[in-house]
Amino acid sequence: MTEREADEAGLAVSLRGVTKVYDSGVAALGPMDLEVRKGEFISLLGPSGCGKSTALRLIAGLNAPTSGTVRVSRPAARTGGAHPVGFVFQEPTLMPWTSVRENVRLPLKLAHVAGSESDARIDQALAQMGLGEFAGAYPRELSGGMKMRASLARALVTDPDILLMDEPFAALDEITRFRLNNDLLALWRNLRKTVIFVTHSVFESVYLSQRVLVMTSRPGRIASEIAIATAEPRAEDFRTSSDYAAYCRKVSNALAPSYPGQSGS
Amino acid sequence: MTLLDTPPSAAAQAAPDSRAVRLVRVLLPVAVLAIGVAAWELVVRINHIPPYVLPAPSAVFTTLVLDWPVLSQSLLTTLLTTLEGFIAAAIGGIALALLFNQSKWLEYSLFPYAVILQVTPVIAIAPLLLIYLSQQTAVVVCAWIVGFFPVLSNTTLGLNSVDRNLAGLFSLYGASRLQTLRLLKLPSALPFILGGLRIAGGLSLIGAVVAEIAAGSAGAGSGLAYRIAESGYRLNIPRMFAALLLLSAAGIVIYGLLALTSHLVLRRWHESALGKES
Repeated sequence: MTEREADEAGLAVSLRGVTKVYDSGVAALGPMDLEVRKGEFISLLGPSGCGKSTALRLIAGLNAPTSGTVRVSRPAARTGGAHPVGFVFQEPTLMPWTSVRENVRLPLKLAHVAGSESDARIDQALAQMGLGEFAGAYPRELSGGMKMRASLARALVTDPDILLMDEPFAALDEITRFRLNNDLLALWRNLRKTVIFVTHSVFESVYLSQRVLVMTSRPGRIASEIAIATAEPRAEDFRTSSDYAAYCRKVSNALAPSYPGQSGS
Repeated sequence: MTLLDTPPSAAAQAAPDSRAVRLVRVLLPVAVLAIGVAAWELVVRINHIPPYVLPAPSAVFTTLVLDWPVLSQSLLTTLLTTLEGFIAAAIGGIALALLFNQSKWLEYSLFPYAVILQVTPVIAIAPLLLIYLSQQTAVVVCAWIVGFFPVLSNTTLGLNSVDRNLAGLFSLYGASRLQTLRLLKLPSALPFILGGLRIAGGLSLIGAVVAEIAAGSAGAGSGLAYRIAESGYRLNIPRMFAALLLLSAAGIVIYGLLALTSHLVLRRWHESALGKES
């Protein structure tokens, strides 16, 4: 399938027979096939070291696949500084030597966007993440949740079509994580971005995504796919619904074979 | 009094304690200095030791005041040499590290020679340099040779200590080499570079002094180390001590200035410059 055909099929991302073998000889991924429709929110769920982060890095273009093809739709017409992909790491990955505002400015600066134009976009991204009053703060002055918000604002500032998130909330406390989950859902509803969310939390994947793709241990493959069909927009009460519990159970069962030595229920 | 009252009162007691500890840490070395100087003075006076053998601290101080016109001139000369050597070391060390960072081949080709230059004692190189270079140049080159290596190795370490994910982010957004260097590598390396410069400051002074001593009586210079050598030949021991005192003071001031600069530059973000409480 060519890039245009993929675009016409409404796909944001498509992977065909993608494998990744690292220089050390470790087969991290694949072969893996994956299709993500535009505007879809999917989760890649699997045990640590199952290659889900590797898959994300391949989609972002940070690493090249050993074999297979990775296609990411790139709209032709784009204003200066726009970038098709935003990436959020597990750590906030902020530059400690400068303010939140300058951290968010980074992608625009690298694309040589004029200061006046980028200022407006930075303000918007900071406002979206509720960081307006922390613009001048340095990363070390922020809490873990706030740092992650800054990291998200940086990913959003280029108005990407696709948001790649690599266990972004794994290091946060539960209360902060729930709030960020809800904020992310609201963001996704309003901005209609394609989100590929890597996580090892069954609960997080069910709460957030339309589809959960369960991966096997190394080399990672997609073992099963579970669609989460529930009333949208989701709200906090979904967490306590019987639907939610049923989906969590289903996803857990799908995940069980990925943890050898532990029996599934 | 309940148990709950205990922690606050304990904390209140701890505060003056730590202030007292800080005061003691300042007072103890001062006391040692005072006792040492007093003992020295007494030994010289009681035993009537002549100043050309061991001058009393008072004699050294008197010489410092009386010879100030000569000594201050020498101090200025040595400081200027040190500054030139330091600037050369800073620019040379950082520039070389940047070149090495951009080209592995260059690093492989040149790094061994940087090490050789570093491990060969500068006191042994100085006489050769004095043959081929004018004394003024030779002295600066010596200061540079001793000073540049810590800057080079620290900067290299810093440039290689960039956060892997931040580097990934830069490549994701299509950063050019120059952008990566300017916006990512150099700021990441800054704490390391400042550490290197702090070492280089003191070493530059040593390099300058070594070269002046090597130039010795043949030299036309008038730096502090030259004064020490000259005063030695003339058995003007008090002046030797006075010049030595000035050299020490210069070293302390250089270190203090560089440490202060480092603190001011890094205080908003780097762990090394943050207080214990934050």
